[in-house]
Amino acid sequence: MTPLTQQSIIDRISTLSFENIEITTLLGELSVTVSVDKILPLLSFLRDDHTLMFKQLIDICAVDYLGRSPRYDIVYHLLSLQFNCRIRLKVAVDESDATPSAIHIFSTANWFEREIFDLYGLVFMGHPNLHRILTDYNFQGHPLRKDFPLSGYVEPLYDPIQKKVVYNPVVLPQEFRDFDFLSPWEGMTPQRPVLPGDEKANVTIAPKVTGTL
Amino acid sequence: MIEQENNTYQLNFGPQHPAAHGVLRLILELDGELVERADPHIGFLHRGTEKLIEYKTYTQAIPYFDRLDYVSPMNQEHAFALAVEKLLGLDVPLRGQYIRVMFCELTRIMNHILNITTFALDVGAMTPLLWGFEDREILMGFYERVSGSRMHANYFRPGGVHQDLPPGLLEDIQTFTTNYTKSIDDLERLLTDNRIFKQRTVNIGVVTKEQALDWGFTGPMLRASNVAWDLRRSQPYDVYDQMEFNVPVGKHGDCYDRYLVRIYEMRESLKIIQQCLNQMPGGPVMTLNKKVAPPKRSNMKTGMEDMIHHFKLYTEGYHVPAGETYTAVEAPKGEFGVYLIADGSNKPYRCKIRAPGFAFLQGLDFMAKGHMLADIPAIIGSMDIVFGEIDR
Repeated sequence: MTPLTQQSIIDRISTLSFENIEITTLLGELSVTVSVDKILPLLSFLRDDHTLMFKQLIDICAVDYLGRSPRYDIVYHLLSLQFNCRIRLKVAVDESDATPSAIHIFSTANWFEREIFDLYGLVFMGHPNLHRILTDYNFQGHPLRKDFPLSGYVEPLYDPIQKKVVYNPVVLPQEFRDFDFLSPWEGMTPQRPVLPGDEKANVTIAPKVTGTL
Repeated sequence: MIEQENNTYQLNFGPQHPAAHGVLRLILELDGELVERADPHIGFLHRGTEKLIEYKTYTQAIPYFDRLDYVSPMNQEHAFALAVEKLLGLDVPLRGQYIRVMFCELTRIMNHILNITTFALDVGAMTPLLWGFEDREILMGFYERVSGSRMHANYFRPGGVHQDLPPGLLEDIQTFTTNYTKSIDDLERLLTDNRIFKQRTVNIGVVTKEQALDWGFTGPMLRASNVAWDLRRSQPYDVYDQMEFNVPVGKHGDCYDRYLVRIYEMRESLKIIQQCLNQMPGGPVMTLNKKVAPPKRSNMKTGMEDMIHHFKLYTEGYHVPAGETYTAVEAPKGEFGVYLIADGSNKPYRCKIRAPGFAFLQGLDFMAKGHMLADIPAIIGSMDIVFGEIDR
């Protein structure tokens, strides 16, 4: 087993001379961002190239960056048993884009892509069985999107009168508690440039009427 | 049972079936007794763990990992703790690392006892279950003594482990390690050469090396197909690089080999535990970084600074610098990975959980094809699936 350095992987990938390819190494992990039409050629190249041998597709997942365009990232994790290294591939897509399915390159992509379709609503082109997998039968919506509420919209319960399971709108007896514990000093991050409480500064408060005549 | 036009039957297996190891619903297409197609329906135990973690601080996220694969809780906490440590750039004291490795191996034995014995039960042997669970009970006792809980331990934390070992525990683990070899021998005497067990498992559900790689199999499922791959060996974490152990591999990739691999893994785990016991160093079990590790309760009563830290850590939590990491551990079932994206706040932005069982179960279709209906429980049993981690 010859050690494979990240530099040699980078060199090898650059021989493909793809456009718009971005290679970064963060925390010792190699990450490659490509455009959506290049993902299948790259996956099969990584799998079949005899100096890389990324024979295992470990995981596919999506990430929702709400407010960014394109909004989603699809992330592939590959593992080379031969050379003991990992690589991460990223594709930025929007809801309207159809990512080509990797099912013909790695059979294991099947359920992972179904899971992304289920939880994010992203479509994979050429997938033979793109149905919901984790959520309930007849579930509406895509729960892992950032704009999907944590408590969901409906809850199932057994109705003894109708003698069946019915879906009712979620009723929270007490308001959903999302405490903001961020202190004004530590809470200011580049992702969150506004201090907690800033939003109150420009609110005009109606004068309170006290007492009645 | 629905009879179809092409003379095949559709059989609904589960979701409540004792051999389904949880809430698995299988739609089987049968030609007589031969399985033509197996379509697993999963998601009956989906709790939205990944979504919930996005709304919790890093400390509050750990208990969710216990509830994924609920027969090997600590290994999964380990993956999350390692991921957070990587993002924080945190070092774990040596004693903390040894305790973690020791408990990971105890958990591996716990997991394999459950898998092997229930697998044997599925193919008709009852005694292994009754014998095996006696030892599993002892292991759960160890869990309770370190964490206060028999299953959902919440013991591994980013930076180390929550508390030091109680007095006397190491001696009891030593006693267990010495005695348990005999229990494995007993288990093997019941199963390894058992004619019925072999008839039910040898050459059933064969997975070739190529198939195992293609379908993303990891752990004993991959090793039984003659691939010597173990993350503890190839990408060691904590003190696994100082441990001496063998990686057992199978030859045929059938249900029987998977059983053998697990048996040998238990013996190797005992070796690792023994080495941990021999080398167990002193010192702190948790990082001394006060911005991550909560203060001792005794200090909190007198120290103002400790009290402030306690308050901040248990309300706001700590902030993890922006970044992303995929960290994987060799859980008893296979590669358990956490893809963690931090945005600099006190909550994970995204936490994808890569469960080994998810990949195994989707391979059921090709493994079951052409086998008899009665082989399905044997194949499912040998895959070692737990629905907590598959459905998440």
